[in-house]
Amino acid sequence: MASRRAHSSGDRDKSSGLRNGYSRGPRLNGKPASDLYKKHFYESFEQPPLYVPVLTYMGYGIVTLFGYLRDFLRAWGFEKCHAAQERKEQKDFVPLYQDFENFYKRNLYMRVRDNWNRPICSVPGPTFDLVERVTDDYNWTFRYTGRIIKDVINMGSYNYLGFAENHSEFLKPVAEVMMEYGSGVCSTRQEMGNLDKHIEVEKLVTQFLGVEAAMTFGMGFATNCMNIPALMGKGCLILSDELNHTSLILGARLSGSTIRVFKHNNMQSLEKLLRDAVVNGQPRTHRPWKKILILVEGIYSMEGSIVCLPEIVLLKKKYKAYLYLDEAHSIGAVGPTGRGVVEYFGVDPADIDVMMGTFTKSFGAIGGYIAGKKELVDYLRGYSHSAAYATSMPPAIAEHIVRTLKCIMGLDGTTIGAERIRKLKENTRYFRQHLQQMGFIIYGNEDSPVVPLLLYMPGKVGAFARRMLKKNIGVVVVGFPATPIVESRARFCLSAAHTQEMLDRVLTVLNEMGNFLRVKYSRKPRNSCPELKYDENYFEFDI
Amino acid sequence: MLKIPWNYSKKEGSFFPCPGQQSPNKIVHWLFVGHYWVQLCFYCVFQAPAYHLILEGILILWIIRLLFSKTYKLQERSDLTEKVTESLLRNGSQNHLSLQYQRSTLPPTHKIVVNGNECINFASFNFLGLLDNEKVKNVALASLKKYGVGTCGPRGFYGTFDVHLELEDRIAKFMRTEEAIIYSYGFATIASAIPAYSKRGDLVFVDEAACFAIQKGLQASRSNIKYFKHNDMDDLERLLKEQEFEDQKNPRKARVTRRFLFVEGLYMNTGSICPLPELVKLKYKYKVRIFLEESLSFGVLGEHGRGVTEHFGVNIDDIDLISANMENALASIGGFCCGRSFVIDHQRLSGQGYCFSASLPPMLASAAIEALNIMEDDPDIFRKLSQKCQQIHLALHGISGLKVVGESFSPAFHLQLTRSRGSRENDVKLLQEIVDYCQNRGIALTQARYLDKEEKFLPSPRIIVNIFCIWYSASLSASQNFIVK
Repeated sequence: MASRRAHSSGDRDKSSGLRNGYSRGPRLNGKPASDLYKKHFYESFEQPPLYVPVLTYMGYGIVTLFGYLRDFLRAWGFEKCHAAQERKEQKDFVPLYQDFENFYKRNLYMRVRDNWNRPICSVPGPTFDLVERVTDDYNWTFRYTGRIIKDVINMGSYNYLGFAENHSEFLKPVAEVMMEYGSGVCSTRQEMGNLDKHIEVEKLVTQFLGVEAAMTFGMGFATNCMNIPALMGKGCLILSDELNHTSLILGARLSGSTIRVFKHNNMQSLEKLLRDAVVNGQPRTHRPWKKILILVEGIYSMEGSIVCLPEIVLLKKKYKAYLYLDEAHSIGAVGPTGRGVVEYFGVDPADIDVMMGTFTKSFGAIGGYIAGKKELVDYLRGYSHSAAYATSMPPAIAEHIVRTLKCIMGLDGTTIGAERIRKLKENTRYFRQHLQQMGFIIYGNEDSPVVPLLLYMPGKVGAFARRMLKKNIGVVVVGFPATPIVESRARFCLSAAHTQEMLDRVLTVLNEMGNFLRVKYSRKPRNSCPELKYDENYFEFDI
Repeated sequence: MLKIPWNYSKKEGSFFPCPGQQSPNKIVHWLFVGHYWVQLCFYCVFQAPAYHLILEGILILWIIRLLFSKTYKLQERSDLTEKVTESLLRNGSQNHLSLQYQRSTLPPTHKIVVNGNECINFASFNFLGLLDNEKVKNVALASLKKYGVGTCGPRGFYGTFDVHLELEDRIAKFMRTEEAIIYSYGFATIASAIPAYSKRGDLVFVDEAACFAIQKGLQASRSNIKYFKHNDMDDLERLLKEQEFEDQKNPRKARVTRRFLFVEGLYMNTGSICPLPELVKLKYKYKVRIFLEESLSFGVLGEHGRGVTEHFGVNIDDIDLISANMENALASIGGFCCGRSFVIDHQRLSGQGYCFSASLPPMLASAAIEALNIMEDDPDIFRKLSQKCQQIHLALHGISGLKVVGESFSPAFHLQLTRSRGSRENDVKLLQEIVDYCQNRGIALTQARYLDKEEKFLPSPRIIVNIFCIWYSASLSASQNFIVK
């Protein structure tokens, strides 16, 4: 919820023409670079009619005004303040929080707080069971009724390939390892926590990605923020996409290098920064930068866009920079055999200097990896903060990753993995196409299983999530500060485990909801009542 | 002083050779003016002191140089276009000791197979032996069957499971605090908690021996950091007094500068305990908030394993935030922060490792709950652990060449060389020989690993000895003998 765009101050450049129905074709140096892409690359960021942002700002204005009014009432004791108070003994300490920090939380977030942190009590598969909770004091506290809302369709978890499951035969090896090794590790990789299971996972990851070596870490978030500092330092330059995940930003910050931010997926902006960096060198001294690292993600989780990898590889070679690719959302989710954006674009994995990914999403486990040249991985084994100071991955989790990797690669002798990848692709196209036809504004690449649906107004965010839950559909809604202030949205994550019926149900409900809440802002040609028909021949795949 | 022959008068803004005499020709007029100025200059030059002339001479030369020289050399510029980038990796990584990972094949319980040798494990932080506990395993297994492996989402987006809520509740009750929050990685716990509160411009007092996670958290917070000498209360008080003096000079700034004091219960880097009662006194005297890192002391110290606060009998409400990881005594994964709701609840929107990372796998949360159950049911294990610690501690005293560092009741203490062999590399090598020697004879030890270049105050090389409460006395005495040798 908190600032995901820590280093983006506002909207993207509107003059760059990346919006309003503009289908972006690949471009380089102002010229189309279509030969870089093997297939059609379509991303859309449609702009709403002008009255929408105006009304949205008005909405925030009204809520803020009421916030001040209620703070005034609270201060004079007319309204009871539910927030936790400082201890009496410490009243004369310097206040722990500045007041404006909590204003947003107290007056805006509290109104819609019930739409986040909903507790679940089953596998986060295609459907899950929610623990019912109610509030008696307008979201300040929750009371659990003890009832369970059964079979809610899960459109929120990052379960792209459907490996969040509890079939006993799938879990058997995991259970065995758990009984043998116990739950934790109790040591770091460099000390005594380097188990044979880790080596097994690393071998498979290496094989899967087609790289020389790989190393695994216990947490995806920490993989970024504990390894970037090992690679970069003072006198180095990091060029980071404005929508990069917090972990990348934190890692870049911890490294102590200079950070410059380029516009989201905008190659002109990146090239300008690269050229500046090469020509001018470091500020004041004008010494050349020691190294330049480009930080990008495969799929951006809030926009659903896919990185323009071929162009970045070209730029990186031209300006002799290094490339760090975070495939947290894309590994397993795109590419004909699930090998991420590298395979999606047909880029040589050797061109990516650092390939990072997590096991949290498609693999349904926890942890992360870094893969690349053997020297890189060897170096990280010695100097990664994670290897020296943080506990290694639990062996049972490692076993689960081994199983899912084998399944995706077809090493278990079945075609389950390939089928799931295909199914995810079908679901993605199907869902996106229908939403677009219904007249919703959706962002991102047509192949990205992350589908943001723009709601804009803060009032609609809460209403949308609550009404969807009433219809037994669990959705994720995101607002400021995780998105720009006018671009609150709902986000759907498709899964290979979603069946045709589930998606149809969601689409039907969304259609009704779109009419009811009036969020069909798109001005593209649409079909007001699209027929929900699943035609196998409709899709063409190049598997 | 210069005496200027002021025999020309100034009239209507210009000089004339003679008062009252007007020149009809302008050129002649200007010639006269120029002549006068040249004369004036010569007069000044002969009157001025030598150093003045030299200085001016140099200045003039410098100006001429600046006018005619180029601001950069052409060759240097062409270097930039064919820029030689440094390799992504630092040099010298090939022969690093850390590359030779120990490879363990059996579960890292009290017996472990390292590089093919079966050893008694002195190297894992599994103090209470809960890693191998059947009860814990069975509960984790049941949880695995119900929830699967991963959570596929952060806490905000359907990553909150009922077991997470239960675990938070249980930890809060166990520690007797209002609220607890769990993270999915031990390292990220304190490293995320610090920047949630301490921001740019705030003041932080830290012990020099603070562990790496605290250092990284502080770095992320971008606060002003003041280090005091390890466990030296006088040094801390000196810093606090200095700050008080500063504050009096600028009271307006002092009113908005938050102050924090970061200490560890049992220090990971030294094995010693923090003097908590004195710290609490200083807290109220100078109005700083204490954040306590208890990764080693939680589940170890105190009658019920509640850590240093219980050990010293300090009221837990006097500590603003306690953070610990569940990867040592609880033998699971992850970490938690606990304290008053006023403090802890803030992390649910501001703790980066909480908001932006996938939540803890439910089976590990269940394992931690069961481990807490065991700790509550049988507080005797803490007494046993303490006894074993003292026994080993005593036995290891008086080995020639090695000294024992750390408290006698601490389950993790350090063996250091009494005399350094000159350089750090040699010390590390010697210690590694000792570790290898023991390993070949069935005792798994490990050196404490540090990233030399990253640590603020690099601890000297050492071997960590970890004690489990489940060891059998026979194997104990055998191991003592070996280490002694």
